[in-house]
Amino acid sequence: MPEPLVEIRHLAKSYTRGGQVVPVLSDITLDIHPGDFTALMGPSGSGKTTLLNLIAGIDKPDAGVLRVEGVDIGALGERELADWRATHVGFIFQFYNLIPVLTAFENVELPLILTGLSRAERRERVELTLSVVGLADRMKHYPNELSGGQQQRVAIARAVVGDPTLIVADEPTGDLDRVSAADILAMMQRLNRELGKTIIMVTHDLNAAKAAKTIIHLEKGELLVPA
Amino acid sequence: MFLLKLVLRNAFRHRLRTFLTVTGLAVAVLAYGMLQTVVDAWYAGAAAASATRLVTRSAISLAVWLPASYEARIRGMEGVKRVARSNWFGGVYQEPKNFFPQFAVSDNYLDLYPEFVLTEAERAAWLRDRKGCLVGRQLADKFGFKVGDVLPIRGTIYPGTWEFVIRGVFDGAEPGKVTNHLLFHWDYLNETMRKAKRRADAVGVYIVGIDDIDSAAAIAVNIDAEFRNSLAETLTESEQAFQLGFVAMSDQIIAAIRIVSYVVILIILAVMANTMAMSARERTSEYATLKAIGFGPRFLALLILGESLLICALGGALGMALTLPAAAFFKTVAAIFPIFAVSGGTLLAQAACALAVALTAAIVPAARAARVRIVDGLRAIA
Repeated sequence: MPEPLVEIRHLAKSYTRGGQVVPVLSDITLDIHPGDFTALMGPSGSGKTTLLNLIAGIDKPDAGVLRVEGVDIGALGERELADWRATHVGFIFQFYNLIPVLTAFENVELPLILTGLSRAERRERVELTLSVVGLADRMKHYPNELSGGQQQRVAIARAVVGDPTLIVADEPTGDLDRVSAADILAMMQRLNRELGKTIIMVTHDLNAAKAAKTIIHLEKGELLVPA
Repeated sequence: MFLLKLVLRNAFRHRLRTFLTVTGLAVAVLAYGMLQTVVDAWYAGAAAASATRLVTRSAISLAVWLPASYEARIRGMEGVKRVARSNWFGGVYQEPKNFFPQFAVSDNYLDLYPEFVLTEAERAAWLRDRKGCLVGRQLADKFGFKVGDVLPIRGTIYPGTWEFVIRGVFDGAEPGKVTNHLLFHWDYLNETMRKAKRRADAVGVYIVGIDDIDSAAAIAVNIDAEFRNSLAETLTESEQAFQLGFVAMSDQIIAAIRIVSYVVILIILAVMANTMAMSARERTSEYATLKAIGFGPRFLALLILGESLLICALGGALGMALTLPAAAFFKTVAAIFPIFAVSGGTLLAQAACALAVALTAAIVPAARAARVRIVDGLRAIA
C-alpha cells in the first residue's frame, strides 16, 4: 500500500453561529492515496464541503492532524498556506468562479502568474491545457461568451494547468445540465485515469459520485463509510 | 504587469458607473480649483506687494487723511529713500459697473513702482499736463482708451465731474502684473480741493520707499513714533500687510469659499468611497477565488487601491485640464478680479485632493478584501 497523499487523523471543526458553537466535523480519520478519485457525499450540513475546504487548505481545523504529502497543513501560517495552495491544489467550483474580465486564456494562466515561468512557457502550457479540455478555439473568449459547460472546462483547465498534487472539486456539476455534467465528469475521469491526478469531489448527486473510484459518505459531521 | 491589466479591466467593468464617477470627480476637482483661484485672486494684490515699500496711513482709519506736511518729515527719517503721496479717488466712469481704481499720486510715484513701465516721452507728457493721467494697459485694452482721450470721471469722495487727458499707457514689467488702474496728479486734486476749501493738503497714504528690507520694521516704528501724540497719529506697515488689511475685510467670505471648496472634495470622497465599496463587495467571490489560487492579501489590496487611483487620476486630470479654460472663461464673463489665473499651487492642490480621495476611498474596501476569509468569500455567490 503506498503512502497516503492525504492523511487525516481525528479531525474536528466547528463554527460559532449566533454565539453558539456548532460542531461541523468530529473525529474524522481518513486516508486518500495518490491517483484516487474520491467522492464525498452527504446531505446538506453533513460537513462534506467543510472537509473539502480543510483538505484544500482554505480553512483550518480546530483539532486533529491533516497532512498532505507529509506536510501538516494545519500548522502552516497564512502566507505559507497560500504558497502551498498555489503549488499543490487545483480548485473546481460549482459556479466556476472565473474572473469575468479575463479571457479563457487569462483565467487559465492565473495560477501560473505566481510561478517563475516565463511568458512563453506560460503561453505554451495554457494553450496545451485548453486544447486538452477542448477549448483551443475559445481562448480569447470571455466567460460570459461561453456556456456553463465551457466555463467549467475552463475552470478545470485552470485547476490542472499548474500540475497540482491534488484537485478539489465542490459540486462541479451542480450548475450544469445533464449533458454538460456528463461531459465534465468524463473529463475528470480522464484527468484521473490518464494523467494520474488525485481528485476529491464533493457532490450530493449519486450519478456524479459514480464517476469516482471511491465514495465516502458523511452525515452530521461523521464518516459513515471510511475508504 | 498582470496587476495593471486587472486594475485597468476592473476599472472599466461597469462603464457607466466609472464614467459617472470620473465625471463627478472632474467636476469636484474643477470646482475646487476654481474656488481656490477665487481665493488666490483675493490675495493677488498682497502677493504682488514689494518688500521695499512701506505704507503710512492714519492710525484711526483709512478714511482719515494725513497732513501733507508729514511728507517732508518722513523723507528726512533714517532709512527712508523716497516718499510718495497717494489718495484713493473712487470716481465713476460713465456708470458704476465700469469700476476701476483711480489714484491721485505725487509726480514721483512711479519711481517707487518700477514694476510699471512707461516711456520717457509719455512720462514727460504726463508731468507737463496738470490734468494728464496715466492708465494701465489692461484698463486701456478693456475700454479702448488711447493717448489723447479725455476721460470724464464723476467723483464720489471728491464731488464734481473731473476730466483727465490720457498722456500715457503703462505696462507691467512682468506678465500678469495688474495694470487696470488710473493715476493722475495729486497736485491737481489738491489745488481743486483748495479752491473748494475742502480737504486740502490731505494725503490718503504715504508710500515710503526703503532700500534695506531688514530695517523695514524699525523704520515703520520710527515713523509712527515721530507722529505719536500728534493730532494725526500714523500707522506704518509693509505694503503686503497693508494689502492684507483690505483682504481681511472679506475674511468671512474667503473662509466660506474655502470651506465650500473642502466640502466639495468631501462629497466626492463619499461618492468615490461608495463606488469602491460597491465594486469590492460585488467582487468578494473573485477575491476569494484569487486567494484560494494563491494570491496574497497584498495583491488584493493593491488591486483595489490601483483601481481607485486610476479612476481618481482620470477624474483629477480631467478636472485640472478643464480648470484652465474655465478660469479664462470666468475672467472674460465676470471681470471681478484683475488677476484670475490658476496657480501652480492650485493645480498641485487639485492633484493632491484627487490622490487623497483615491487613497481614502480605497482604504476600507482594500482592508476588507485583504482580510476576507476564503470560505466566506466563496459563499458570497453560492
